[in-house]
Amino acid sequence: MVDKNLTVAKTGNEAMAEAMRQINPDVVAAYPITPATEIAQIFAGFVADGLVHTEFVRVESEHSAMSAAVGAAAAGGRCMTATSSQGLMLMSEILPIASALRLPIVMPEVNRTIAGPINIHCDHSDTMFVRDSGWMQVYCEDAQEAYDSVLMGIKIAEKAMLPMMVSTDGFIISHCMARVDLIPDEDVTKYLGQYKPETWLLNPDKKITLGGLDLQDYYFEHKMVAIDAMYKSKAIIKECCEEFAGKFGRNYDFFESYEMDDAETAILAMGSVCGTAKVAVDNLRKDGKKVGLVRMRVFRPFPAEELAKTLSNLKTLAIMDRSDAMSAGEAPLAIETKAALYGRKKQPKTHNYVFGLGGRDIKVEEIEDVYKEMLDFTQPEKNFDRKVTYLGVRE
Amino acid sequence: MENKKMGWKELPDADSMSAGTSTEFKTGDWRSQRPVFHKENCIHCLRCWVMCPDVSIIVKDGKVMGYDYDHCKGCGICASECPINKKVEFEKDKCAITMADEKEFQK
Amino acid sequence: MATLKELAKKPEYFTNGHRGCAGCGAAIVARHVLMATDGNVVVANATGCLEVFSTIFPFTAWNVPFIHNAFENAAATISGVEACYQSLKAQKRYDKEVKFIAFGGDGGTYDIGLQALSGAMERGHDMLYVCYDNGAYMNTGIQRSSATPKGANTTTAPAGKVEQGKTQKRKDFTAILVAHHIPYVAQAVVGDWADLTRKVEKALSIKGPTFINVFQPCRLGWGYEPSRTIEMGRLAKETCFWPVFEVENGVYKLNYNPKDRKKPITEFLKPQSRFKHLFKEENKPLLEEIQKDVDQEWQRMLKICEAT
Repeated sequence: MVDKNLTVAKTGNEAMAEAMRQINPDVVAAYPITPATEIAQIFAGFVADGLVHTEFVRVESEHSAMSAAVGAAAAGGRCMTATSSQGLMLMSEILPIASALRLPIVMPEVNRTIAGPINIHCDHSDTMFVRDSGWMQVYCEDAQEAYDSVLMGIKIAEKAMLPMMVSTDGFIISHCMARVDLIPDEDVTKYLGQYKPETWLLNPDKKITLGGLDLQDYYFEHKMVAIDAMYKSKAIIKECCEEFAGKFGRNYDFFESYEMDDAETAILAMGSVCGTAKVAVDNLRKDGKKVGLVRMRVFRPFPAEELAKTLSNLKTLAIMDRSDAMSAGEAPLAIETKAALYGRKKQPKTHNYVFGLGGRDIKVEEIEDVYKEMLDFTQPEKNFDRKVTYLGVRE
Repeated sequence: MENKKMGWKELPDADSMSAGTSTEFKTGDWRSQRPVFHKENCIHCLRCWVMCPDVSIIVKDGKVMGYDYDHCKGCGICASECPINKKVEFEKDKCAITMADEKEFQK
Repeated sequence: MATLKELAKKPEYFTNGHRGCAGCGAAIVARHVLMATDGNVVVANATGCLEVFSTIFPFTAWNVPFIHNAFENAAATISGVEACYQSLKAQKRYDKEVKFIAFGGDGGTYDIGLQALSGAMERGHDMLYVCYDNGAYMNTGIQRSSATPKGANTTTAPAGKVEQGKTQKRKDFTAILVAHHIPYVAQAVVGDWADLTRKVEKALSIKGPTFINVFQPCRLGWGYEPSRTIEMGRLAKETCFWPVFEVENGVYKLNYNPKDRKKPITEFLKPQSRFKHLFKEENKPLLEEIQKDVDQEWQRMLKICEAT
């Protein structure tokens, strides 16, 4: 199945831009922001060379990028944008509007922390800030997954009638060259088909009003529709992952289980750190330690039951967050995972680590230390009361 | 007017509504003043029709037929802007539109 | 241009049953603008009075395709709709002729929506933006905007013991749009339906971005009898407080010049309760200053029209 000509070296941004070329959206509206700038930049080259039929709207801000994306998607087109950090924050007002209007906009999002202080490097504070905006969220480990997830994202979004952000860790994935196996253009075109929405503004046969005012008598009902769609999107994701695996041979799921079959201790994390954690797992396994890794891909919809089932046989679990929830007790991934585990007969003792804020590097040894600490946690005299360990911050 | 509220499973797709449905919503009961039409004085210039914020002047074949009291809010723009009314300096029996107290019609 | 008898035969694209105040000027703007079209338009509307009173679920007054997104982004939203249309057309997936119109109040246009509007105009989308300028944030309860005239009493710049309402002049927003070098910019006023519908027809006949700023009396925010909405617009024009003109490819053309019949500004201010305090004896100098401002602006307008 793998064609040698289609095996290329690409950065995460290049891979996602390549996916966008193959998707050939009707409209792209984008604005520069580090580290996502390249995506729009590379795509602009495709437009300039006539490689896509996309109407490229060079907006004057991310707010307008998302606003124009909403307009274009509501009009009936397949529409994309890309952003990071402050750009996502500026878009944040419009994100829940896109999901409430059930617009399947797909947006590569390159994770970068949020100011202040201003910093251009990776953590997940930006996407966590908008985690309840009604957008599906997929966190990728590498350029290959980013490429595949953007392609699959179109399919999932259009079936679920919900927008999706596909995120990659800023610079770590976005700017690092890696091997990517591409899918031939014609196969992508065939796989995605043409977008045919049922409700669209330009429809000459049915005039509609979109985005009207709800008072107390209808807001809750409309919100319920979006909430329900988010729950239902789980089955769609599952089905699309299976279809993608069948067609293109690469397997994805809500999360990836690595060495989990007999694991007693595991780390749960998202993004590029998981590549490093896999090395740590391999090292510790050589010493006979029963450790594993669960790498979350799909954070929204949150696969609570599936995740709890996978984690419940563990003795201990370290949940590693690349963002903080500012005194919530624990950070977002930990909070939601523990809520999923709560009330189950069997559940591991957990501990939350926050690491890597503002692009702070994390090394294999540090992750090994986390495993060792969690292996020790199986001893009953250990203290579990500590709330969050902040890894790698100077005191 | 709508009686039963829809449940969330009954709502139309994507927070949409079919165009032009507000005409089913009656705003006539907002009125404290009512325009009264004096056909004999009307020259059918349609100035009242074009100025009405509530599309409540009924016009048929280019002629004013009367008012849509289901929707007219009684602002009185029609009477103020009527060129006949202005010409006769709002002398009551020469006007094409006069404003009357709504209460008189509610008895 | 169509006569009223011809216009009355067309369907109403902005219907009754909306929840605007009795005598609402914004409803008249929406109706007159759409009256000038053949109904093959998509409308975007900024959050504000017009959007709120016309789209209360499950009832909409818009008898044309309509989208509301948020407050500051009507221009960006319609630019996305238009971009999609252009894309589908170029791909031969859509063959209907459609025009694009965005509506915003002065808050959504002069203030919070300025950036999105400027961006959309500069990018050259084929769209008409209509500002219905009633000189304050009426939807939230009459707060001052950069379009509020000097001396007006608003809830965030009230007339009190030491301040007499808004202390600053209103911004010349239309000039900002002219500075975008777009093909057509105009000012109009509620009530002059022939002028406004002609301008809308003209704007929609031009390919590219166009802008019409419609001065819209608001009976609630200005404090006058609801029956006087049209009259208030007329007075704004006749006192030269609101010049009615158009700018085609940079060339200004005055559509109304009262010459020696120019009315004193007090005739416009007097019927409005928001200017009531200006008529106190001690505020005479302020009233004179307002008249001087109007005269100066009018002279400037005459000079610009002569020069271009």
